Amino acid sequence: MMIGKSRMGLRALAGVAAASLLLAAGCSSSTTSSPAAGGSAASSAPAEAMTMTFLPKNLGNAYFDTSYKGVQAAAGVLGATVTQVGPAKGDDPAGQVSYINTATQQQVSALLVSANDKSAICDALKEAMTAGVKVVTFDSDTNPECRDLFINQATAEGIAKVQVDIITSEIGDSGEIAILSASANATNQNAWIDMMKKELAASHPNVKLVDTVYGNDDDQTSYDKTSALLQSHPNLKGIISPTTVGIAAAARYLSKSEYKGKVMLTGLGTPNQMRDYVKDGTVTEFALWNPQDLGTLATYAAAALVQGKITGAEGDKFTAGDLGEFTVGADKTVLLGEPYKFNKDNIDNFNF
Amino acid sequence: MTTLTSGSPDTERSYADYGRPAWRRILFSREMAIIALLVVVVIAASLRVPKFATPVTLGYLLFDITPLLFIALAMAPVMITGDIDLSVGSMVGLTSVVVGLCSASALPIPVAIVLALVVGAIGGAANGLLVTRVGLPALAVTIGTLALYRGIAVGLLGTTAVTQFDKWWTTLVKARIGSTGIPVVVILFVVLLAAFVLMLHFTPFGRGIFAIGLSKDAASFSGVHVNRTRLVLFILSGLMSALAGIYYALYYNSARGDNATGLELQVIAAVVLGGVSVWGGRGALHGVVAGVLLIGVLSKALQLVNVTSDVVSIITGALLVLSVIAGSVVSWAQSRRVRPAAAPAKTS
Repeated sequence: MMIGKSRMGLRALAGVAAASLLLAAGCSSSTTSSPAAGGSAASSAPAEAMTMTFLPKNLGNAYFDTSYKGVQAAAGVLGATVTQVGPAKGDDPAGQVSYINTATQQQVSALLVSANDKSAICDALKEAMTAGVKVVTFDSDTNPECRDLFINQATAEGIAKVQVDIITSEIGDSGEIAILSASANATNQNAWIDMMKKELAASHPNVKLVDTVYGNDDDQTSYDKTSALLQSHPNLKGIISPTTVGIAAAARYLSKSEYKGKVMLTGLGTPNQMRDYVKDGTVTEFALWNPQDLGTLATYAAAALVQGKITGAEGDKFTAGDLGEFTVGADKTVLLGEPYKFNKDNIDNFNF
Repeated sequence: MTTLTSGSPDTERSYADYGRPAWRRILFSREMAIIALLVVVVIAASLRVPKFATPVTLGYLLFDITPLLFIALAMAPVMITGDIDLSVGSMVGLTSVVVGLCSASALPIPVAIVLALVVGAIGGAANGLLVTRVGLPALAVTIGTLALYRGIAVGLLGTTAVTQFDKWWTTLVKARIGSTGIPVVVILFVVLLAAFVLMLHFTPFGRGIFAIGLSKDAASFSGVHVNRTRLVLFILSGLMSALAGIYYALYYNSARGDNATGLELQVIAAVVLGGVSVWGGRGALHGVVAGVLLIGVLSKALQLVNVTSDVVSIITGALLVLSVIAGSVVSWAQSRRVRPAAAPAKTS
C-alpha cells in the first residue's frame, strides 16, 4: 500500500511538472496579447499616442519609484503609455543594455534612462536613436553624444549654495562651522566644498569654516568623526554634511547628545533617513532634489522631443506642466532647478 | 522506501541505457525534451510576441547570451566529471579588467586578449591544482576563488571603469553577419562548439570525462588520467571565462571590477537545464546549448512584452527546478520499465 501510494505520488508529480512546464511556456505567449495590442495601436494611431520606457538603474529602488510617480503623472496628462523595466540589481550596465535593445525593437517613442555606466550603455542608446527612439537621460548621464537630452537634477553651484544658505541662516550668519564629507578624494564632494568656501568668502564673511573631516561614507566612521569634531571645536555652531551617509550619522550622534538643538546640521540627505531627526528637532532643514519632479520633467522633455516641439538644441523652450517653462542649456542639458529643501512641513510627502 | 531507492541517483549514474534501441535513446532523451521545449517557446513567441521573429531580435538575443554560451561549453564537461566551477563569473570580471588595464596603458588589443587568456588559464589552473593535487572539493575551492578573483578585479580598478577601447575591435565584436542579425562572434562560438563536441563526444579523452563522473576509481583503473583530465577541464573553464571577459569589455565598452557578478549561477542553471547531471556522468552539448538558448529566448520574449526582470527570474528558476524534477521522474520511470525485476513485488 505504501509503495503504491508513493508511485502514484511520483506519477502525479510528473504530471504536475509537465503541466507546469507547458504553463510556463504558455505564459510567455498569453501575457503578450494586451501589450501587443498596445504596441500595434501606437504605430497606427495618431502621433500623440506615445509609448515610453522608463529604465531606472534598478527596480525596487525607492528613489526611482518616486521618480516613476512623477513620470506616470506626466504620462497621464500627456496621454502616453509608459512601462517601467530594469535590471533587478543596481550597477548592472549589461542588464540595462538588454532593456535598451528591447525598447529599440519595440520602437517606443521615447526612452527615459538613468545610466548605470556612462559609456557601457552608449552604443545601445545610439542604436535606439538611429531607430527613431528619443533618448532622455535623467539623474545619471551618459556621454552627451548618446542621448537627445539630459535632465540634470541640480548643478554643483546650486548644491553648494543651498547648503551654505541653510546653515548660515540657522546660525545667524556668524560663527564657526565644519564640514563632514565622504572621502578625501571624492571628486564631486571636493568640488562642492570648494564652491562652498568661495560662497562663504564672498557672502558670509563672519562665518568661519574651521575644519573638514572625512567619514568615508561609512556610518560608524562618520559618527565617530562627528563626535571628535564637536570635542575639538567647542565653539562650533554648525555642520554641513554633503553626503547622505554623513548627514544621517551626524544626526544620529547629535540627537542623543547635549549638542542637540545647539549645533545646527544640514547637508544632502534623503527624507526616509532624516525623517526622525527632522521631527525630533535635531535637523531643521536639509537639501536634495525632488526625484518626483525630476521624473515629471524628464517625461515632458521626452514628449516635447517626440512631438517635434524641441530638438534638444540650446535655447529650445518647452513647458513641463505645473513645473513651468524650461530652456535647454549647453550640452543638451535641462536643469531641474534649485535643490529642494526638506523640512518638517513637507518631509511626509516623500518616501525615498 | 524500496521504490525511492530504485529512483535514487545510483541508478541514474549509468552513461547510457543500451537496453533500448538507438533511436529511442536519442529521441526520448533529456536533451531532446529541452530542444522540443525550446522549439515550442520559439514558435509561441514568434506567433504571439510582436517584433520577436525578426533578425534584430535574433541579434540582440545572441549578443545577450554570448558570455553564457562560451562559459557553458566549458562548464558542461567540468560538471560531467562531477566537479563544479563557481569562479567563472569572477574570472569574467577579472579578465575584463585585465583587458581594460591594457587598453588604458595603450597596449594593443591583441596583447590584451593574450594576457587575459593567460590570466584565465592561470586562474583555472589554480582551481584545478587545488582540487586535484591538494584534494579539496571543487565546490569549496571555487567558492574561495569566486571571492578571490572578484576581489582582485575590484582591487585593480577600484570603483572606476575603463571605457576606451580600440574602435576597430569594438566594432568587430558588435558586427553582425550581413542582414541576418547574427553577431560575428557567433562564428567563433560555432568553431569552439565543434571543438568541444569533438573533445567530449568523439575522443577517448571525452569518454574519460564521463567515466570520471560515473566513478573516479573505475575510471582510474581503466587507464583514465583522472586528475590530469580534471585539471585540463578547469584550465579550459578559465580560458572560456577569459573569452567571455574579453567579450564583456569590448561589447559593453566597459571594464569594471563588478562585471558579470552572479553570472556563474546563470551558467550552471543553463547547463543543468540542458540535461547535465549535477551528480556527474551524464550530459551532452546539444542539450547545454539548447538550455542556454531557452533561457535567452524566454528572457527576450518576456522582456518584449514588458515583463519585469523579477518575473523573468521566477519563470526561469521555476523552469529549472521543474526540469530537474521531470528529469529524475523520467529516469526513475525508465529504470522501472527496463528492469521490471528490480521493482518490488506488490505483495510487500
